[in-house]
Amino acid sequence: MGKLFSPENKAAFTNPLNLDNPVVVQVLGICSALAVTSQLEPAIVMGLSVTVITAFANVIISLLRKTIPNRIRIIVQLVVVAALVTIVSEVLKAFAYDVSVQLSVYVGLIITNCILMGRLEAFAMQNGPWASFLDGIGNGLGYAIILVIVGFVRELLGSGSLLGIQIVPDALYDLGYMNNGMMTMPAMSLIICGCVIWAHRAINDKK
Amino acid sequence: MNTNSNTYTIIYASVMVIIVAFLLAFVSSSLKPIQDANVAIDKKSQILSSLNIRGLEKSEIEATYDKVIVCDPIIKADASVVNEGTGKDEAAFVLDSKDVNDENMPLYIANVDGATKYVIPVTGRGLWGGLWGYIALNEDCKTVFGAYMSHASETAGLGALLVENWFHDRFLGKKLFKGDDANVALTVVKAGSVKEADYEVDGITGATLTTNGVAAMVKDGLQKYIGFINTKTAAQQAACEAACTEAQNCENTEE
Repeated sequence: MGKLFSPENKAAFTNPLNLDNPVVVQVLGICSALAVTSQLEPAIVMGLSVTVITAFANVIISLLRKTIPNRIRIIVQLVVVAALVTIVSEVLKAFAYDVSVQLSVYVGLIITNCILMGRLEAFAMQNGPWASFLDGIGNGLGYAIILVIVGFVRELLGSGSLLGIQIVPDALYDLGYMNNGMMTMPAMSLIICGCVIWAHRAINDKK
Repeated sequence: MNTNSNTYTIIYASVMVIIVAFLLAFVSSSLKPIQDANVAIDKKSQILSSLNIRGLEKSEIEATYDKVIVCDPIIKADASVVNEGTGKDEAAFVLDSKDVNDENMPLYIANVDGATKYVIPVTGRGLWGGLWGYIALNEDCKTVFGAYMSHASETAGLGALLVENWFHDRFLGKKLFKGDDANVALTVVKAGSVKEADYEVDGITGATLTTNGVAAMVKDGLQKYIGFINTKTAAQQAACEAACTEAQNCENTEE
């Protein structure tokens, strides 16, 4: 057990959650963060899907890393990711149809999410399966946290609800409060993302 | 082993592709039935939504659809029936959109609280992609009972709002015709420019192009069914006149 949670492995998991966050520090995967965060639910599902896919793609590539011919390694990585994404997309269509309709093309676009290829190339090709698995989970969750924060703000201010349940009381609307339509537009998620990066830098610089 | 030789690379790639292909084919074929069922339930909930039956749990949709929908016939443009559709989801329901033409037009006949309603599926084009919807007409086919519509890729927050219930509710009670029974007058106009509230529906603010698409979809979609609609309006007219004469006769005898 000691080896399973060695300092290096722990770092592989915890670094991407904060100090090496894929979205706010490495600025990867921004494109999908814009698209699926107008509500909280698709943001959560997208975050979890990316986590699962990054983790398993990392494990598979890590297991294969010594057999992969160097010249076609990117293609091999792409095939593994594409296959996993297709499976996740099919499973969503079968067991969470509404969510899959909402995510529509973005599930397919997970394939092009830079976080995936980045982790495969930078981590899984050099490390063992267990460390790669932790790294995948860590990066996926790091991505998911940002998505959830942005989705939370956008749904709360944009539609006055969370997970589809109305949060802002009717009494407030009667007083003249209005939902901020801007929040439902993709541009606002960039601005919120920027605010998150600002807060993140401000906190970490002090340390 | 030399993992950089050409032979190794080619064999590696081939084996990998074959394994992945089998895996994906297996997943796809084993999940297909569940996915098809989901699509069917979604379609049923859209049809029910056009009859103002909304917010059902997934488990209730099937039963409610069975209860409310009487049949789903396929008709021709001249209102003659191609397929009776007594199975409720075996004729018009499964008619592929690319097979729809003057000889094959899907229709749903529903019974809501004892009154007959006709649900007409319509399709059109919005600003960025396809639109589709269901317009439910009252028994006389002269007024709208309810509407549902959705879209493939309209602008989020603007055109995409056409999927919201408050927009569908704007269609309630609208008249199809303006005097002339041969041309559908029901339309959607630019937001805030409704002049004839009888048959003009207010559009979505900031989404004029999508609104135009909806207007064309509703108008042209209903116009295609004009043969059917007119037989119903005529039948209703006849029934009404018969009732009137009868009433008069009664009055006469009373005198």
